[in-house]
Amino acid sequence: MILVSQAPFDPGAQANRFHTSHSEAGAMVSFTGLVRSDPRDPITALILECYENLARNELAAIRDAAIARFTLIDAAIIHRHGRLVPGEPIMMVATLSAHRQAAFDGAQFLMDYLKTDAPFWKQEETAQGLRWVDAKPADDAARDRWTR
Amino acid sequence: MKILYFAWLRERLNRASDEVSPPDGVVTLDDLVTWLRGRDEALDLAMTNPAIFKLSIDARIAPGHTPIAGAREIAILPPMTGG
Repeated sequence: MILVSQAPFDPGAQANRFHTSHSEAGAMVSFTGLVRSDPRDPITALILECYENLARNELAAIRDAAIARFTLIDAAIIHRHGRLVPGEPIMMVATLSAHRQAAFDGAQFLMDYLKTDAPFWKQEETAQGLRWVDAKPADDAARDRWTR
Repeated sequence: MKILYFAWLRERLNRASDEVSPPDGVVTLDDLVTWLRGRDEALDLAMTNPAIFKLSIDARIAPGHTPIAGAREIAILPPMTGG
């Protein structure tokens, strides 16, 4: 499943629906990213810009690559855009496999690629105004370990 | 063809897109970026480090040497911050 939407989602309900659709799975790993407000530098919201057509294509390609590489039974990616407030889920990945290690590795792979190769851009809304979130070299390094 | 700009690049240019007709000789994505920068000072300044940008043709990421013939929508994408 690939879902790119402005709508809120329920990570627990999504995870339950996902794993109950595959009785052959022995392991599910799910990860949910949340909007975080640092108390030392608080934000009032996170605004995610998205190139939707490209996002759907890229997320599908990243998902297909994860399934092939880790022999997953299935993988799901949900990613929101628009204005989100602290505490709200931004995105979720879930992987299903016969055994746990592939599910963990697949979820990590999906997260590392989403950080750098999914066409979303974050802007933080603060009391002082809006500011773009810079891409982090550490995220590139995390993704690049899968190509070594 | 339509050129799309996103995030801080869109803000710096003060527009989300352009409609352009590149001349003969503009064959690849890299040629197109060079041509676009040559006709737009703000874009030229914003893309001083072109290596940080990704490019897409009709909603598919493509390397700079990709031919643009037949493309309808090309996007210039600043470093992404998804996840």
